[in-house]
Amino acid sequence: MPPAGDRAPLEVDVVRKAARTAGGQQAEIIEGLAFRLAWGETAALIGPSGCGKSTLMRILAGLDRTFEGSVRRPPGVKIAMSFQEPRLLPWRSLEDNVRLAAPESSAEERAALFAALGLAEHRAHFPSELSLGLARRASLARALAAKPGLLLLDEPFVSLDPPLARAIRADLARLIDEKRLSAVLVTHDVDDALDLADVIYVLSARPARLLGEVRIDMPRAPMSPERRAALGAQVDRLRG
Amino acid sequence: MLARLGSLLALVLIWQVAAHFANPRLLPAPLAVLDAIVAQTASGDLPRALGATLARVVAAFALSMAAGSALGYAMGRRAGVDRWLDAPIVVLLNLPALVIIVLAYVWIGLNEAAAIVAVALNKLPNAVVTLREGARTLDVGLDEMAAVFGFSPWKRWRHVVLPQLAPFFAAATRSGLSLVWKIVLVVELLGRPNGVGFEIGTAFQLFDVATLLAYALPFTAIMLAIETLLVQPFERHAARWRPRPA
Repeated sequence: MPPAGDRAPLEVDVVRKAARTAGGQQAEIIEGLAFRLAWGETAALIGPSGCGKSTLMRILAGLDRTFEGSVRRPPGVKIAMSFQEPRLLPWRSLEDNVRLAAPESSAEERAALFAALGLAEHRAHFPSELSLGLARRASLARALAAKPGLLLLDEPFVSLDPPLARAIRADLARLIDEKRLSAVLVTHDVDDALDLADVIYVLSARPARLLGEVRIDMPRAPMSPERRAALGAQVDRLRG
Repeated sequence: MLARLGSLLALVLIWQVAAHFANPRLLPAPLAVLDAIVAQTASGDLPRALGATLARVVAAFALSMAAGSALGYAMGRRAGVDRWLDAPIVVLLNLPALVIIVLAYVWIGLNEAAAIVAVALNKLPNAVVTLREGARTLDVGLDEMAAVFGFSPWKRWRHVVLPQLAPFFAAATRSGLSLVWKIVLVVELLGRPNGVGFEIGTAFQLFDVATLLAYALPFTAIMLAIETLLVQPFERHAARWRPRPA
């Protein structure tokens, strides 16, 4: 099912990204990362910890402009991001946190999102009253409520218990197809990637390079254990 | 609140006992001071002096907090501004209050503007240093979040920056109010024809300790009331999201 070309793709070509460490040394973080994501597609980035995935996400979000290369986002696209840490405003209730980031969302939409993510009874709570898992879900609710065209998810399922992670993964897969949004997902869990992505990009250890890609031809559809194993093996081969 | 009243009551009690043994001209009893307060209030002198001093405190405090917060915020956010302004702030911080007051009267003239500028300049570096500390600790992660979700400058200020600066505003207010009112009295003593400081100067010349206390204590009470009824409730409101220690 090729995505219709009603909007421009996301074109990423990061030639080089270096940064000065706290110790004052120049560290190479990314060294050649180029991909093109058609509208409505989801990409998963898999790579070892500390390889520069989060740096790439900050570049995609437009937060970091000090790199060599270019990122072309579809013009006027709305971005939302779920950061690795929840990054909620500690002095605002969950409801206010979501409402401030997504002012166009209606009260009913927010209520539905809170219910879907198991946050219904926490709407009036402050973030400090929540466990980390709940706070991460709230951060996900905030990103989804903003109704983005491009959704950036940095390790969204870490510290969620497995049944809940599966449920949210299924919800997210449905949303991606329903709203036809593009998403970039950073993960180190192959199952996350297989459940959500159209294409999996495998990255090297730092400095990050593209080692290869695995396309999934029936994305976000139920797959047989054999197919899952075969695709997983493909990813593992690229990881080396 | 009750503990506060109790400790104040204990203080008055100690005063009463001490006055019993001391020369009444040097340390009048609480009731004698109360008599003086009543007499000065009846003549209208005390309310007029309190009003004049309070107006100067409010003007100088507002001026120094506004300028100090803006400078401190800029210095905390931009290293370049900090490099340029750090030395003058340290100089101002260490310049004796008396020097600033005398110079202000000499350069600007013996008038209200000079008095208020002198007090504001004395408080300014204190506000700058406190707010600079606050601006330095602003959370970068929340800044990035606000940028990604397209917060407007006003929304960012209101919901991201101000709540983080609130404890620093409260700290600067608390230390600032007490500092400002003490310096206002000196300014009045040196070059104003009215106010609590002027009346205390007159009482000093007459060695009239009862009148001196009759002016000093009501003003202290007013500052205590501002702290209890305005500053503390603001602090509590600004900190309501913090997890309370068990």
